[in-house]
Amino acid sequence: MIGEREITVTAQESARRKRIERIIHGIFLMLGLITVGCVLLITIYLVISGIPAMRTIGLKEFLFGQKWASTAAEPKYGILPFILTSIYGTAGAIVLGVPIGFFAAVYIAKIAKGRIRWLLQSAVGMLAGVPSVVYGLVGMMVLVPGIRKLFKVPDGASLLASIIVLAVMILPSIIKVSVTALEAVPQEYEEASLAMGATPIETYFRVSVPAAKSGIAAAVVLGVGRAIGEAMAVMMVAGNAPNMPSLFESVRFLTTAVASEMSYSSGLQRQALFSIALVLYFFIMLINAALNFFLKRGNVKQS
Amino acid sequence: MQQGENDMKKNQLPVRRRAYIGTMKTTMWISALITCALIIGIIVYVFAKGIPFISWDLLSTSPTYIPPHIGILPDIMNTIYIVIASLVVMVPLGAGAAVYLEEYATNQKVVAVIEYAAETLSGIPSIIYGLVGMLFFCEFAGLKTSILAGALTLVIMNLPSIMRTTQESLKTVPQSYREGAFALGAGKWRVIRTVVLPGCVDGIITGCVLATGRILGESAALLFTAGFAHALNPFFEGLMSPGATLTVALYVYAKEQGEFGAAFAIAAILMVLTLGINSLAMWLESHFKKMREQGYPQEKSKE
Repeated sequence: MIGEREITVTAQESARRKRIERIIHGIFLMLGLITVGCVLLITIYLVISGIPAMRTIGLKEFLFGQKWASTAAEPKYGILPFILTSIYGTAGAIVLGVPIGFFAAVYIAKIAKGRIRWLLQSAVGMLAGVPSVVYGLVGMMVLVPGIRKLFKVPDGASLLASIIVLAVMILPSIIKVSVTALEAVPQEYEEASLAMGATPIETYFRVSVPAAKSGIAAAVVLGVGRAIGEAMAVMMVAGNAPNMPSLFESVRFLTTAVASEMSYSSGLQRQALFSIALVLYFFIMLINAALNFFLKRGNVKQS
Repeated sequence: MQQGENDMKKNQLPVRRRAYIGTMKTTMWISALITCALIIGIIVYVFAKGIPFISWDLLSTSPTYIPPHIGILPDIMNTIYIVIASLVVMVPLGAGAAVYLEEYATNQKVVAVIEYAAETLSGIPSIIYGLVGMLFFCEFAGLKTSILAGALTLVIMNLPSIMRTTQESLKTVPQSYREGAFALGAGKWRVIRTVVLPGCVDGIITGCVLATGRILGESAALLFTAGFAHALNPFFEGLMSPGATLTVALYVYAKEQGEFGAAFAIAAILMVLTLGINSLAMWLESHFKKMREQGYPQEKSKE
């Protein structure tokens, strides 16, 4: 009798435990899917709030219109200046930042030893940690007056100032990812090259770098993503006038177009800002896809 | 002897190869030097401009318009509130997602989708987070412009990073520990609670420190979610009311009010905080790595 009761109790107990396990499994599944939920949430919100203005304004008019005058009596919503500014600004930052980042990365990964290596790596870590508003502030107080004096232009807040700030800001991510890629090159490659009579420097640039090229490409793409998405630092040095891009002209990026008018916008103007964000998001998704492609090929983890 | 031989070898190299090596070496030197000079220059400049303006009066008072006076105590408190609120929400979500990926997930496709989503999240620019945070948390969820809305936006932004650090430390919990606990008759949840979670505390801590650094430096995501107010509130009231963090205050003082003294003072404080926190994160990472290399610490299996 007693034995039978015990069995039913344990059977109940184990059924209860199984139920709890299943509930907990469900909870963890939901937590696991939270990132997917967030991505969907962001995409859906941007699409839903970004499409109406594009429809009202007309897609062609919106994307290729050269004039943005959202608060004029007869408002114009052309974002071509912003798109081109973002592309030129990013390209400029890459042209300036990638060579410095690349050579510094080879130096850190292959040549620097001991204390110097530690020093350089901390410098890179610190550059990565500086808040973007601090970059903006320093750019505003040093670069902008500097450009004004050096090039004798009426206002230094310009595309050039933004390019320099962005180049500095993408430097740490380029260096970090390139160093990881270069360090992952099998030592045998380098040893073989050295044994063939190549000097160390020749080996690093003709053997190690080509072997790490996917990782270095990923570093560049990551830099592109960072540069095109940066808002605050650029807002402080770009001048924010909706001009077509030109090196010494005050310009507005896709990011700063959203940020500078959001606080006082309403109606169609506000909807148009969401559409700008959607365009920016589209660019970011393209860059993400490219980044993933290179990361998979290079087998390097994004840091 | 060795040195002499090397020198001889170098001298025998054709001029073209020597020129190549020389150019590459110089370029690397210059690039590494630029990287170092940039961070040192920024630190020295910000401290030189900011420290003279830091006073106890600035740190301990609220700003008033009549008489015109700047105090950043509310901004400091808001920053602390937003860090606490973000971490409290982020840790269970991020660690839970990591536990799901490492302990529960069996379907490789689901894992790939979740990891792709996490990578996508870490590539989205903060201005887009700010916009969606404003639409979703402030308007749809009815939180209005508040510290809490800002904190929740930051949670989504920082999820991928805490997920990654937790996942990495979960991978180092020896499989035999789990097997041992299962063999003693523990259910899945019990194993996770008593063996797995205590083993990944280091990853969660590293993730929290990294996230704190990023939250301190974040501004674009907070402009439209947490707002610009400088009111001093107790914690729970503070959560529900708008408030500027240090970075947003810096932006407002520098860009909108032209109060560069206060802006530089905040910049200097931010630099100290972010540099300190980033070094702490670097130290923690190497410390935990060392601990793991020395063998899995015994006290973690006590429970």
